[in-house]
Amino acid sequence: MALVEAVGVRKSFGHTEVLRGIDLTVDRGEVVCLLGPSGAGKSTFLRCVNHLETIDAGRIWVDGVPVGFRSSGGKLFELREREVAAQRRDVGMVFQRFNLFPHRTALENVMEGPVQVLGRGRAEVRAESLALLERVGLAEKSGSYPAQLSGGQQQRVAIARALAMKPKLMLFDEPTSALDPELVGEVLDVMTSLARDGMTMIVVTHEIGFARSVADRVVFLVDGAVVESGTPSDVLDNPQQPRTQQFLAKVL
Amino acid sequence: MASDVRSDLEVVPLRHPWRWFSGAVILLVIVGLGWAMAEAQIQWEDVPGFFTHPVMLEGLLNTIVLAVAAQGGAIVLGVIIALMRLSANPVARWFAVGYIWLFRGLPVLLQILIWFNLALVFQNISIPMLFSVPTNVVMTAFVAALLGLGLNESAYMAEIVRAGLSSVDPGQTEAAKSIGMTPLTTLRRVVLPQAMRVIIPPTGNNFINMIKGTSMASVIAFLELIHAANNISSRNLEIMETLFAAAAWYLVMVSLASIGQHYLERAYGPR
Ligand SMILES: Nc1ncnc2c1ncn2[C@@H]1O[C@H](COP(=O)(O)OP(=O)(O)OP(=O)(O)O)[C@@H](O)[C@H]1O
Ligand SMILES: [Mg+2]
Repeated sequence: MALVEAVGVRKSFGHTEVLRGIDLTVDRGEVVCLLGPSGAGKSTFLRCVNHLETIDAGRIWVDGVPVGFRSSGGKLFELREREVAAQRRDVGMVFQRFNLFPHRTALENVMEGPVQVLGRGRAEVRAESLALLERVGLAEKSGSYPAQLSGGQQQRVAIARALAMKPKLMLFDEPTSALDPELVGEVLDVMTSLARDGMTMIVVTHEIGFARSVADRVVFLVDGAVVESGTPSDVLDNPQQPRTQQFLAKVL
Repeated sequence: MASDVRSDLEVVPLRHPWRWFSGAVILLVIVGLGWAMAEAQIQWEDVPGFFTHPVMLEGLLNTIVLAVAAQGGAIVLGVIIALMRLSANPVARWFAVGYIWLFRGLPVLLQILIWFNLALVFQNISIPMLFSVPTNVVMTAFVAALLGLGLNESAYMAEIVRAGLSSVDPGQTEAAKSIGMTPLTTLRRVVLPQAMRVIIPPTGNNFINMIKGTSMASVIAFLELIHAANNISSRNLEIMETLFAAAAWYLVMVSLASIGQHYLERAYGPR
């Protein structure tokens, strides 16, 4: 069974329909890159998967569980915010603007989830968190506050913070768009190694090179609908749809 | 070379004759005031005695208890009203708006007087089938002053807390949600600590106002500092001497509060 299954997802803000019936399936261990012009609804779709936005129609399942609902007796019951929070533990998210907690050190940022949300012991979590910081290449920065770190370092701490919850799925929303060009590589390297280790990932990105080398599948979104999807070589090198061709002509 | 030429020339520093003049005027005014105070018909030697007079100390203790209790209650109520003001429930939002409108809109002195005289219109305070007590037993001067000062302050605190909560980047809440935090944990661990930077400075100012505002409770004969000073002077007629002793206590309290505020601000300051 697929890890993520989205069927007919629709979402409007006021009178503008931003997602117009999106179908998307992501298998375990698969890396899917979402591409598309600004305003296509990429971020909105990603936020729906994590129930940061409620959807108006359609359904999203993550690991067989309907996002934002509990199924029982042939009915779906809408969850309270506290229960949604429990669902989100299994899904990590990395934001364009990092959103690290500025009043906590890098290590404390990483420890926050396991300690406060899962209620695990500090000593054990501390060791794990240090190992995670090591993995993203920031072992020596564990005591630094976010303001003392570069953008690339902050984003790597943010990735470690998400990984600390041992998620089944990682969502990335343009993780390198707010970075100076020379810092993009260090973040993409961490994401690449994560993909190699078998993490299931949905990545919104404008980094075509990353999509080409790491993605198993590329999905092209325009005006809230999937226009084209397939392997990187199909979609990126041999696009069939005029919208995809136009977009790639501009980006490449 | 140019620098050699320059070093040969004499340097004339800019003179500041007006600085000297205005400084002298200020010193003269201070000396004059000091001389007037020394010449005034004040028994200075009696002031220290009034400063530590048992009645004055009782008034001091009551002032501190009233100010701390009213401010503490106002902070708790203010957080609740601020959360209602920001909540998705329209009834809660409107209640919060009305609450702030009412308790911020009326003079504190008027509110204290209304609470103190409540027994005139309600003989008993009761919740049907739960309890009932005579109003004049419950509504002591302390309780009336606590309600008058505390409720007024809670309306201000609600606005301060709301400003603080709104100042925190929404991305912080989203990041907290994304690691599975519940709304309450998010508030406690992520939003409030960051809101503190905005909340503490005005709260410190308000607490200093609260310390001085307790003096209004003297009109309903609550034994705070001013009422204590009046009690002492009604026997010995040294009105100014006792008032000066009370004034000294206010300055001591306000100075201590300012120091406390400084350290709190530092503790929650930017990293
Ligand atoms: N909270 C919101 N309220 C109203 N409109 C919104 C909101 N969030 C997004 N939108 C609108 O929805 C549309 C899709 O936005 P979204 O952020 O999903 O696009 P995107 O594909 O991520 O674009 P970008 O590449 O610029 O990040 C945009 O037109 C945007 O203005
Ligand atoms: Mg976006």
